[in-house]
Amino acid sequence: MNIRAKLMSLFLLGLIRALTGAQARWQGCPPKAEQRIYFANHQSHADLVLMWAALPEELRSITRPIAAKDYWTKTPFKQWITTAVFNAIYVDRTKITDQDPLEPLIDALESGDSIILFPEGTRGNQEEPQAFKSGLYNLAQRFPQVVLVPAWINNVQRVMPKGEVVPVPILCSVTFGAPLVLEPGEERGSFLARARQAVIALRDS
Amino acid sequence: MSSFLRNLTPSQQVGLLFVIVFGLLIAASITALVMSLRDNGEDEIRTQDLHELNSLLNTSWIMCTVFWLGWASGETVATLLFAIVAFFALREFITLSPTRHGDHRSLVLAFFVVLPVQFWLVITKRFDLVTVFIPVYVFLAIPVVSALANDPQRFLERNAKLQWGIMVCVYGISHVPALLLLGFPNYSGKNAFLVFFLVFVVQTGMLVQHLANRKWPRTPTAPQVSQSFNWPSWLIGIATGGFVGGLMSGLTPFKPAQAVAMALIACVAGSLGHLVMKALKRDRGITNWGSEGKSVTGASGLLDRVDALCFSAPIFFHSVRWYFGV
Repeated sequence: MNIRAKLMSLFLLGLIRALTGAQARWQGCPPKAEQRIYFANHQSHADLVLMWAALPEELRSITRPIAAKDYWTKTPFKQWITTAVFNAIYVDRTKITDQDPLEPLIDALESGDSIILFPEGTRGNQEEPQAFKSGLYNLAQRFPQVVLVPAWINNVQRVMPKGEVVPVPILCSVTFGAPLVLEPGEERGSFLARARQAVIALRDS
Repeated sequence: MSSFLRNLTPSQQVGLLFVIVFGLLIAASITALVMSLRDNGEDEIRTQDLHELNSLLNTSWIMCTVFWLGWASGETVATLLFAIVAFFALREFITLSPTRHGDHRSLVLAFFVVLPVQFWLVITKRFDLVTVFIPVYVFLAIPVVSALANDPQRFLERNAKLQWGIMVCVYGISHVPALLLLGFPNYSGKNAFLVFFLVFVVQTGMLVQHLANRKWPRTPTAPQVSQSFNWPSWLIGIATGGFVGGLMSGLTPFKPAQAVAMALIACVAGSLGHLVMKALKRDRGITNWGSEGKSVTGASGLLDRVDALCFSAPIFFHSVRWYFGV
């Protein structure tokens, strides 16, 4: 990380903590440096930033969030911040090319990084998360040694609702649950429903 | 002894006060440490009591250090410190009061315009405006911003919540540093004693009320709101607060009878304000204002510690200004 990115990340961490507290609640598992896929509900573009801030320093450097390419590369600044500071993986949601959208995620997992995934694909605005897309299932099948950790991100949509530019200070937290295991022979649909329930269960815990 | 004290300069007197307070804190912390070393974990109630004592001591250390830093670095820095406290308290309050998208602009106004302006008014000693800026101007401006957001659902309720948050967290807390800047004749450099007087009598009143209720439990007056509040214990707490205030009159610009009256006003406002804040918490279904009221560590929020002060500071400030004409 170059000096500008380092300064930016310190500034962002300070700002996020002052605004939201960025509290991490490790309820189902400790923060541990093993290869993991964190999967969480998605209500705001700031979800990615909050997850990044909630992780402890040692895990932050080995964990790469997934960022929507169309949104996070819109301006040079957004692109710089996602690549240089968050070390994000871009996912193309528009599907113009034939390339498998999971390809960049697979590359990252193969090189030993942990990733942060939002399996709903898009931001929801309902109380409950939408149905999960199959990407999580495919990755779980392909990388059985990677630990799957559900997470619930609380309140972020209140900090900066859609269409607003100035964030409002409101306490946010990320609750991490007990790891999930893909059972041998478990079907795609039932696994995804189970994963979604594991995320929802953390909301009231 | 008293001639020795009188010969000290005001800043030496305040310094001495801090030495005494920190000395007491060190003694209390050592006692708690010894008690925790002897605690074998068999008696659960004892362990629980120790835990409460420790968290109370931690708060006291933090509060005293903040006060000391504020005093040592001058009134402007002290006011800024209180502005930060107000910011965090309002953040806790808003977190636990559900807001809608339509409240966003009003919230931005509350945090980034109202709060800085109020504390700036305090720093620049515009006390008349400090008193009316929020209850008059802000209370009429916030609903306008909310109405422009075009969302009539639960409009009155949402605005009331926001206005109460601003009133308690910003208005209340801003009157503590305002006491530091009040210009009493023949009292310059000693205003820190006034803040100490307010905090000390209010906390003493609250503590005595709590202990009285534990010693002689009675039927709570408003059991849905508070299991510990009842009029007899309350009276004992208020009376003790007023008595302690009278003993401390030498520190203040008041005569003994005036000091008792001021202490009584502060204690009544503080303890009843604490009860009101309890009602707000029960309404939200939480036990404390921590991070979402369900913090795993068991630590409570900042607002739990300062709520009595939020209510007593403006009333104390106003009574002092009105009665003494300063």
